Amino acid sequence: MKVAHESPAAAADRPPSAPRRGAVRPLAGAAVLLLLTAAPLVLSAYPISTMTRILAFAVLVLSVDLLTGVTGLPTLGQAAYFGAGAYTAALVGIHLTPDAAVQALAGLAAGLVTAALTGWVAVRARGIVFLMLTLAIGETAHQVADTWPAVGAGNGLAGMPAITLFGGPPLLAAGYVYWWVLVVAVAVYAAVALVVRSPYGRTLRGIRDNEPRMRALGYRPALARYGVFCLAGAVAGVGGALWAAHARFVSPADLGFEVAALALLSVVIGGGGSLWGPCLGAALVLLVRDNLPASIGGHGPLVLGLVFVAVVFLLPRGLAGLRRAPMTPLLELRGRKERRP
Amino acid sequence: MATYLVSMLNGLAMGALLFAIALGLSLVFGMMDVLNLAHGAVYLVGAYVAVALVADGGGALTFVAAVLLAAGAGAVLGTVLAGLSRATPRHLDQALLTLGVSLVVAEALSMAFGDDVHSITAPAPVAGGVTVLGQTYPLYRLLVIGFGVLLAVGVHVLVERSRLGSLIRATVADRGMVSALGVNTGRVLTGVFAAGAGLAAVGGVLAGPILGAAPGLDEKVLLLALVVVVVGGLGSVRGALLGAVLIGQVQALGTTLLPEYASFLIFGAMGLVLLLRPAGLLPARTAVHA
Repeated sequence: MKVAHESPAAAADRPPSAPRRGAVRPLAGAAVLLLLTAAPLVLSAYPISTMTRILAFAVLVLSVDLLTGVTGLPTLGQAAYFGAGAYTAALVGIHLTPDAAVQALAGLAAGLVTAALTGWVAVRARGIVFLMLTLAIGETAHQVADTWPAVGAGNGLAGMPAITLFGGPPLLAAGYVYWWVLVVAVAVYAAVALVVRSPYGRTLRGIRDNEPRMRALGYRPALARYGVFCLAGAVAGVGGALWAAHARFVSPADLGFEVAALALLSVVIGGGGSLWGPCLGAALVLLVRDNLPASIGGHGPLVLGLVFVAVVFLLPRGLAGLRRAPMTPLLELRGRKERRP
Repeated sequence: MATYLVSMLNGLAMGALLFAIALGLSLVFGMMDVLNLAHGAVYLVGAYVAVALVADGGGALTFVAAVLLAAGAGAVLGTVLAGLSRATPRHLDQALLTLGVSLVVAEALSMAFGDDVHSITAPAPVAGGVTVLGQTYPLYRLLVIGFGVLLAVGVHVLVERSRLGSLIRATVADRGMVSALGVNTGRVLTGVFAAGAGLAAVGGVLAGPILGAAPGLDEKVLLLALVVVVVGGLGSVRGALLGAVLIGQVQALGTTLLPEYASFLIFGAMGLVLLLRPAGLLPARTAVHA
């Protein structure tokens, strides 16, 4: 979706990588951003609504990418924090204020707090065990949402009023909601890009690639992992708030296993560690899940399953890997390049 | 009091099924480091074999035929999955691959059998109830408990007393070493994968009269099996057994005491165990990974 702010660090995270090609990337980013901004002027309400959902989901995918792609912690529980953000934003909308900015901040806080409370169990593990622990966290959250009467239990939470911005009138047109979601999603993307290219981001990649060495160098991997878990929770919470702002309805299905699995799939399809790749993956996955069924008689999951299998064999490094793959042999001949600072 | 005893019997029946399902998952996980997210789908294949053959009871012979057919189908699926996941060395890819296979299998099943919830009747000879402690209890569930005991003893003898078993244990402990001794570990892994998947499918048939068959059950069963594996400890038979019995009890007692929060209790139990023993209760002696 958004290739606007891909950080050089993300591109350089796995040697060998292609050298930056001057102004091509900022220009491509600007073009995509322009297209995304102009979309409501030319498209009708339905595709805009689809794109809004994709943007909100892409924020969740960015949070999974922070953990899985950047830090090497595969997670199947990130939907829990997405759900915490969505439910909190919906509750704020119903009981406090329709102001979308307040809701987004509340979603952020909810994701951050729930991740801080649950993360310390998960970050002690690595690899597939981490995957299973996050799965358990996600399922627990799903159970809570599904059984707690205060948030509508199995029926979900309905009756959220349309969002407003800065005291203005309710935003009822799909295009206005879309623009709000786009602005927040781009801001989150930029923030994540900044984190990824910061010294902290390099610490995280160092943990992913060689944890014992990082510890020997005096870093504290456990603390860094806990930090990124909380951060990813906050990002997922914002995504949930955006999801709620658009749908105005939150149900336990929004934080189920399927959502978490699809988010992880998006990261793998897109290429973990890159930021624009997973966003593209998010668009692909959501389109296959929601828009194919109508045309092929409701067999979306079948197609999605085949996509999963095909991706593993055809795109071992994701969409982002495709772009740098042609340069690989050349660079290997020259030997490994120093990483750019 | 009698209510609790009945509930504990239900827990034992559930534990027996969970053991059959989780065993393969645990061993494959312990040996190959593959998280087989299609394990629940294999279970569902078994459940729908039961729907196709013995939905309204039928005789003991048809039921046995269904068990054998499910075991074969599961073993074939397991072999395919083993081949696929050995072709993709990275964890994340394996998780994705098996998730994809799981989606395809589940969707194919719901295309063939519809989206309805199918209930399955226990085979005619054991469909009735027996009186246990003054309460009528389904005979079929007692048989499932018996099956669980037989399975546990059989697997114990196979794994602890036979040459094949020592090969399996050695492969869980140190795959590289076993391979260096000239054993084709790939074949051992595929065999365990196939056997585990066959057991999961058999579990699907046996669970049919208790849980029925419905879309989405694959996911629930997979999660339960994962919890059993994590609680019990990766890659060990005794761990899978202990985990299965424990989780079966937690679920049965939870359903009796706090029906709304039964599943929540299961994950609570898992969290508690992991807090105290991060590697599970009885992990394989040489942990494959932390």
